[in-house]
Amino acid sequence: MDKIYDVIVIGAGVVGMSILRELSSYDLKIAAVEAMEDVAEGASKANSGIVHAGYDPIEGTNKAKFNVEGNRMFEELCRQLDVEYKMIGALVVAFDEKEINILEELLQRGKRNGVKGLEIKGKSWVLENETNLNREIRAALFAPYSGITNPYKLTIALYENAIQNGAKVYFGFKVCKVETQNGYFIIYSQDKRLLKTRILVNCAGVRADEISKMAGARKFTIYPRRGQYFILDKPEKEIVKRVIFQVPTEKGKGVLVTPTVDGNILLGPNSEYIECKDDTSTTQEGLDEVFEKAKRVVLTLTKKDVITIFSGIRATPDTHDFIIEEDERVKNFINVAGIESPGLTSSVAIGKYVAGMIAEKLNAKQKSNFNPYREDIKRFSELTDEERNEMIKKFPSFGNIVCRCELVSEYEIVEAIKRGARTIDGIKRRTRAGMGRCQGGFCTPRIIDILSRELNVDKTQITKFGKNSYILIEKRWGK
Amino acid sequence: MHEYSVIVIGGGPAGLAAALKSFENLDDKRILIIERDSFLGGILNQCIHPGFGLHYFKEELTGPEYAQRFIELVEKNGIEYLTDTHVMDITPEKEVTIVNKHGLKKLKAKAIVLAMGARERTRGAVQIPGTRPAGIFTAGQAQRFINIEGYKIGKKAVIVGSGDIGLIMARRLTLEGIEVKAVVEIMPYSTGLRRNIVQCLEDFGIPLLLSHKVVKIHGNERVEGVTISVVDSDFKEIPGTQRFIECDTVLFSVGLIPENELSKKAGVVIDERTGGPFVDNTFSTTANGIFACGNVLHIHDLVDNVTLEAETAGKYAALYCQNPELFQKGKLTNIIASDGIRYVVPQHLNRNFLEPTILRFRVNNVYHDKVILLINSGKKLLKIKKQYLSPGEMESIALSEKILSQMDFSEDIILKLEDDK
Ligand SMILES: Cc1cc2nc3c(=O)[nH]c(=O)nc-3n(C[C@H](O)[C@H](O)[C@H](O)COP(=O)(O)OP(=O)(O)OC[C@H]3O[C@@H](n4cnc5c(N)ncnc54)[C@H](O)[C@@H]3O)c2cc1C
Ligand SMILES: Cc1cc2nc3c(=O)[nH]c(=O)nc-3n(C[C@H](O)[C@H](O)[C@H](O)COP(=O)(O)OP(=O)(O)OC[C@H]3O[C@@H](n4cnc5c(N)ncnc54)[C@H](O)[C@@H]3O)c2cc1C
Repeated sequence: MDKIYDVIVIGAGVVGMSILRELSSYDLKIAAVEAMEDVAEGASKANSGIVHAGYDPIEGTNKAKFNVEGNRMFEELCRQLDVEYKMIGALVVAFDEKEINILEELLQRGKRNGVKGLEIKGKSWVLENETNLNREIRAALFAPYSGITNPYKLTIALYENAIQNGAKVYFGFKVCKVETQNGYFIIYSQDKRLLKTRILVNCAGVRADEISKMAGARKFTIYPRRGQYFILDKPEKEIVKRVIFQVPTEKGKGVLVTPTVDGNILLGPNSEYIECKDDTSTTQEGLDEVFEKAKRVVLTLTKKDVITIFSGIRATPDTHDFIIEEDERVKNFINVAGIESPGLTSSVAIGKYVAGMIAEKLNAKQKSNFNPYREDIKRFSELTDEERNEMIKKFPSFGNIVCRCELVSEYEIVEAIKRGARTIDGIKRRTRAGMGRCQGGFCTPRIIDILSRELNVDKTQITKFGKNSYILIEKRWGK
Repeated sequence: MHEYSVIVIGGGPAGLAAALKSFENLDDKRILIIERDSFLGGILNQCIHPGFGLHYFKEELTGPEYAQRFIELVEKNGIEYLTDTHVMDITPEKEVTIVNKHGLKKLKAKAIVLAMGARERTRGAVQIPGTRPAGIFTAGQAQRFINIEGYKIGKKAVIVGSGDIGLIMARRLTLEGIEVKAVVEIMPYSTGLRRNIVQCLEDFGIPLLLSHKVVKIHGNERVEGVTISVVDSDFKEIPGTQRFIECDTVLFSVGLIPENELSKKAGVVIDERTGGPFVDNTFSTTANGIFACGNVLHIHDLVDNVTLEAETAGKYAALYCQNPELFQKGKLTNIIASDGIRYVVPQHLNRNFLEPTILRFRVNNVYHDKVILLINSGKKLLKIKKQYLSPGEMESIALSEKILSQMDFSEDIILKLEDDK
């Protein structure tokens, strides 16, 4: 039986994929299992995409340590993986004396965490540098090393690079039972597949508590905490240059206004504890709250520019800190749990740390042929006219624009399929087709055509994101 | 660089009619139509219902039939066209960048006609909360899947929006064996034609829920239902009126937005009210030698009107190629929409071309017993009684030769509504 691994990671979010990719640099047989049909289907696709500087978390916590380390490692990682990263800096804005005092606390905490470059800036500096902000803002904490990235693209890139280096990922594998047998874990999926591994890493996000319990390991509870967002159309004139936070409260970092790496504007999130761990719905109250709070910072925001709304769920642990440890009782079971914000930023450092820990346990050697580089799909929208013509000469489909809002060519969609996209959402996250102002109104039928052609299945088999998310239910006529 | 006299962007009914008129009026016949879809005909290709051409051809045609008449003329006259070709950029100097499987190319035109049509507003644009399952479509998408590709898109549907497109789709879905549970309309009135309410809803027993809003979409994988609610006059939910409707499909038909991203690149100024360029009675935009017509200019209910406007645009585009100086020196008189009138097109009258012109406009609200007034330098030049006016129906009045002869062009032309007393 070849389905015996040295290490299996549960969960193909940014944390799981970061660990998998780091593990793929060692001489080990490794895999990951994921309940959904694609990577980045959990928190890793629906967050703010901020690479935090590290002034928020309390010193001495895992959060503080991995955040600051992650921030330092981010740029290099994104370079290796050909993922967008822009170090645009962040401002935490204060409206009154009380809030200015909090900025001072954040500054001190940041310094203790080892964050560089932090400074409190006065009103005139803030308004000169961010001309669209509310003139009532009194001061701001400036964090020059804060950045923005594309969270799901990073997850996809980590995945692709891990695969390139020999890792395997099983999709649609929802772990429902964990047994131990002769020093091995046997994990069972809901659809009755099983895999065997020496080391099991729990990166199941909001369900990490359940997995830990299945394995008989440490008991903790994850509370799902939802955050809702608006995405605005790419503005004609710049709205903000940096990530604009408001002073944090006990509920978290609060509603922000930021450009995304793709040039849109993101507003959100709020923070609400919810009952159900999968409830990624948006609500009128939540959306209203977000918009009102965002408008406090940029008075001119208008709902006319909204192109979509969504929400993400933070995996908030009752321990109030990331749980990153080999279990005390269950040997070789490693919890990487409660990875709420700044989990995206931290994922890089967590990956390195956990993979290192495992390699040491297994006495694994670094591979000599590990390739840390991954190349992104060539994007029509990003090339010069000469480069476009070169590409079209080689690949005529590069000249066929499928998504008109984001200028995505047929070539890119086919390439995304070659790299593992199987669904409309999978194509969307890999290429941006359908993410523009018409939200797939024009290109969805064309993407279904291409998916059905490339995968050689009927269009009725194409889903939005796997399982029963079918788009067309029956062929009525035609060939 | 390849040079044309007139380049028409978009091969829908607007583009086709403009090209044909340019062809008639242009000596060198150097015209190019550029269309990004694989076929000419635009949105009409997927509108297989009847109701096209009553005014223009005095005959009731389906969308594809209506388009075909123009396509045949284009082919017969040998007008050059490119399909599967996307226009990426236009400059104020009228350089057009296109891309297709053969590569990227820059073309030069003396005049350009913008005829890119419109895109549909989406669920995101109207921000309906809830989950994001499969089974949410815009009307245009559904039309394409059903009418062109031959697929069934669901079993039970709720339609959001009761304009003509929503109404027509309600009938279409029903004919395809999809049960339409309701058409939900936030306004207290439908913006669709009375005829369509009868023929598309009442004849099939489909409920039209006015002053109702979908407040939440449910379902994790495929849509499982919607919650609707009655709304008050501020469109706020009235507590206690919420109701769940089970369905696997939600169809959004909540309006079209003129597709003017390209126009802006060429420096064309957009009228916030129409979403399309400001134009004068030659359909010339604010950018020299760039004309606009069809849905890219303002949203039309009837393709016949599109054709008429496009013919004017095409004619003047041809004239521009031959006598550009006539346009540069144009002195403009404003045509102003006020008191109950939302917008009027054209927004200016070019005094170099004082020819009879049709003003097309929409009102702000549903009105009963009003008069439409045309005023110039304090004089009421025209008075038209209307028993019923609705934002859903485009209105028009003609500036005839007689009216033009009475005008003082140094003063604005004002269009407004007044009570009919
Ligand atoms: C609203 C919000 C805003 C945020 N903003 C930021 C930010 O700006 N910057 C930042 O650094 N961080 C941010 N974060 C945090 C960051 O998004 C998360 O820390 C990170 O995405 C967590 O990654 P993950 O891999 O642990 O979890 P996930 O991405 O949730 O992945 C877990 C995976 O496990 C799978 N899974 C679960 N159960 C099973 C099972 N039984 N079997 C198999 N697979 C299973 C799930 O399907 C899922 O794919 C934010 C989070 C949220 C929700
Ligand atoms: C569902 C529905 C029902 C209707 N029912 C009726 C009816 O019963 N009776 C009636 O009279 N009218 C009806 N209409 C209205 C009528 O169809 C429209 O008014 C008319 O089609 C608008 O024509 P157009 O040429 O402006 O736009 P379109 O038909 O949208 O054509 C625009 C064309 O431009 C192309 N294009 C856009 N951008 C580019 C670019 N960058 N490069 C290349 N090409 C580009 C597009 O692909 C498209 O083919 C209906 C419309 C709809 C949507």
